[in-house]
Amino acid sequence: MYELKNVTKRYARGKDAVQALDEVDLAIPDGDRLVIQGPTGGGKSTLLQMLGCLDRPTSGEVFLDGTDVTRLSEARLTRVRSENIGFVFQSFNLIPTLTAQENVETALVPLGIKVKERRELAADALRSVGLGERLGHLPGEMSGGQQQRVAIARAVVKKPKVLLADEPTGNLDEGMRDEIMDVLERLWMEHGLTFIMVTHDSALAKKAPRLATLRKGRITVKENAGA
Amino acid sequence: MFFTYLRRELRRRRKAALVVASGLALGIALVIVVNSVSNGMGKAQDEVLQSLYGLGTDMTVTKAASASTGDAQRPRFRFDARSDDDSEQSSDRVMVQGFTTLPSSTVTEVAGQKGVSTAVGGLSLNVVKVSGQFTRGRFQQNGGGAAGGFQRGGGEQPQGQVEGGGADFDINQYTVYGTDVTKTGIGPLTSSKITSGRTFRTTETDARVAVADSAYAKEKKYKVGSTVTVKGTEYTVIGIATANSGDAAAGLYIPLKQAQTLAGQKNKITTIYVKATDSQQIDGVKEAIQKNVLGTTVTTSSDLAKTVSGSLSTVSSLAGKVGKWLSVAVLVAAFLVAGLLTSAAVSRRVREFGTLKALGWKSGRVTRQVIGEAVVNGLVGGVLGIALGLAGAYAVTAVSPGLEAQLGGSTGGAGFGGGPGGGGPGGSGRQAARTLQVALTAPVSVTTIVLAVGLAVAGGLTAGAFGGWRASRLRPADALRRVE
Repeated sequence: MYELKNVTKRYARGKDAVQALDEVDLAIPDGDRLVIQGPTGGGKSTLLQMLGCLDRPTSGEVFLDGTDVTRLSEARLTRVRSENIGFVFQSFNLIPTLTAQENVETALVPLGIKVKERRELAADALRSVGLGERLGHLPGEMSGGQQQRVAIARAVVKKPKVLLADEPTGNLDEGMRDEIMDVLERLWMEHGLTFIMVTHDSALAKKAPRLATLRKGRITVKENAGA
Repeated sequence: MFFTYLRRELRRRRKAALVVASGLALGIALVIVVNSVSNGMGKAQDEVLQSLYGLGTDMTVTKAASASTGDAQRPRFRFDARSDDDSEQSSDRVMVQGFTTLPSSTVTEVAGQKGVSTAVGGLSLNVVKVSGQFTRGRFQQNGGGAAGGFQRGGGEQPQGQVEGGGADFDINQYTVYGTDVTKTGIGPLTSSKITSGRTFRTTETDARVAVADSAYAKEKKYKVGSTVTVKGTEYTVIGIATANSGDAAAGLYIPLKQAQTLAGQKNKITTIYVKATDSQQIDGVKEAIQKNVLGTTVTTSSDLAKTVSGSLSTVSSLAGKVGKWLSVAVLVAAFLVAGLLTSAAVSRRVREFGTLKALGWKSGRVTRQVIGEAVVNGLVGGVLGIALGLAGAYAVTAVSPGLEAQLGGSTGGAGFGGGPGGGGPGGSGRQAARTLQVALTAPVSVTTIVLAVGLAVAGGLTAGAFGGWRASRLRPADALRRVE
């Protein structure tokens, strides 16, 4: 479970300081499905970086399963990311020269899994997102929706505790959006993941059981009774 | 994953990879060519020095320079012009080359010095043979007294003038080297190869036998078995020697004792050829000889090399200075360009590397990936550079430009003192300039190839260091930030 206490993040931009997060307090229980919304520059991605152990707050604490990750060394943070956190990015962020299977394997490389097992796990993950026939295809040979499925397979192949998605449907059309959301929701339920998603899409936000809104670095969380 | 990722990335960015590899290839090729030409220079210089010294000689010992003794050094020829007949007259003079000698005992003295492996004495001679005849003038009596003639007598004596008459003399000049036949492994004759007949036997210490240089033998039409007369002494030609390169050290080689007899220099030598026990200790041996054997001048191969001038020296200087600095400049530029291009490539892959770091790849793994790609680029550059360099070196060798080497002459006292091959009659100096023609080659040594491979790896590592440093500083958050 996540627990953020008084998390503040300031960036220096030239002579000015930008406050991306302002004393954010947030608790996210295991298996939760949280959607984060807010205007551009409101601090959504910064919050996601704190949750994903990609950056450290200027002040405050971020607990993951009781450990304050802000105090961990870079090497320990890397280990936490490789074992516990799966990422899905808006632009898919696939390696263009690697096949779908190899892209999924990149998430298993830091875990020291042997090549053969790695290949099997990657193939299984791709089959689970409906890409069993596209293992050897390069990202450039696939549609946007298929590329995002590869990215999702990469995020879940290591069976993480947390799945963080940053605008996962932002680059997709409506039909593809629903398809991807179906996949993500299915995996959330199947794997018992804690699923945190940043989105601008109000239709998706309405479906989330909990909705966090970030404006000028300040967060408000409300339960979504209709979800 | 490392190799798959590396291979695919290099294939994707093959144009950029080719630019980096080509830059490195150019630098490496230049290093190979310059290095090979330098090797060729060294080889050419060795050939030049060997043609004087012979193989295995580390230094020569000659008598220290002393004040000129003036007229005594000039050969004097006397012919009888009062004889009534017109028969041919001939006179030859045998002079010690350089006009200075050392006692033969100096050889033993030098051989006894610390660090000396072998010492062999030799006597270099210049032989000038003048042969021809005088034709007596005829007295022509006339009635009217022709103008311009030599008027003999006057009054009642018959009037007339001397007509015709004169002298027709041919000068044959050549060098003779008296060699110690008991030690044939060192000395000037070792720079030649016996191409016909045989060399001296160790028992022929005072035999009237000679080995003729092939060029001299051809000019004089000597063959094995021919008889050569030097100052009235007949020698049988037992062998023809062909110089390995350039001019031969002498026209004729005869046993040392015979040479001493011819020159009237019993127990005298002009030069001692010395081989050191350790080629790294030559300077020490030189110092020891000069200190302990008084009145001598010791000339090492490196001393002699300094006296080389002419186009060989110029090209050698070019290869050594301009070539070296040009290679260094091109290499530095190539390394920098490779580094900057690799760094720029990493900047274009911020999201890619950021994503990998977000997935849990350690910085070291990402850096290794970047360095790996750069090293492969460097190796490709190395292979191209070696191919280009070998082609360049081959072209130089194929063209084999001729170089002229001038030895001694201009440098004064430190050169090849009293050695064979120079000094004509009446020459006043011990330093005779000698010009040799050598062909420039560019031999590529294994060391050069190893150096090229080393440079390729170094180039790749330098480029990788630039890119790796950039990659190691990337934060995983950049993978997200670029999206926003």
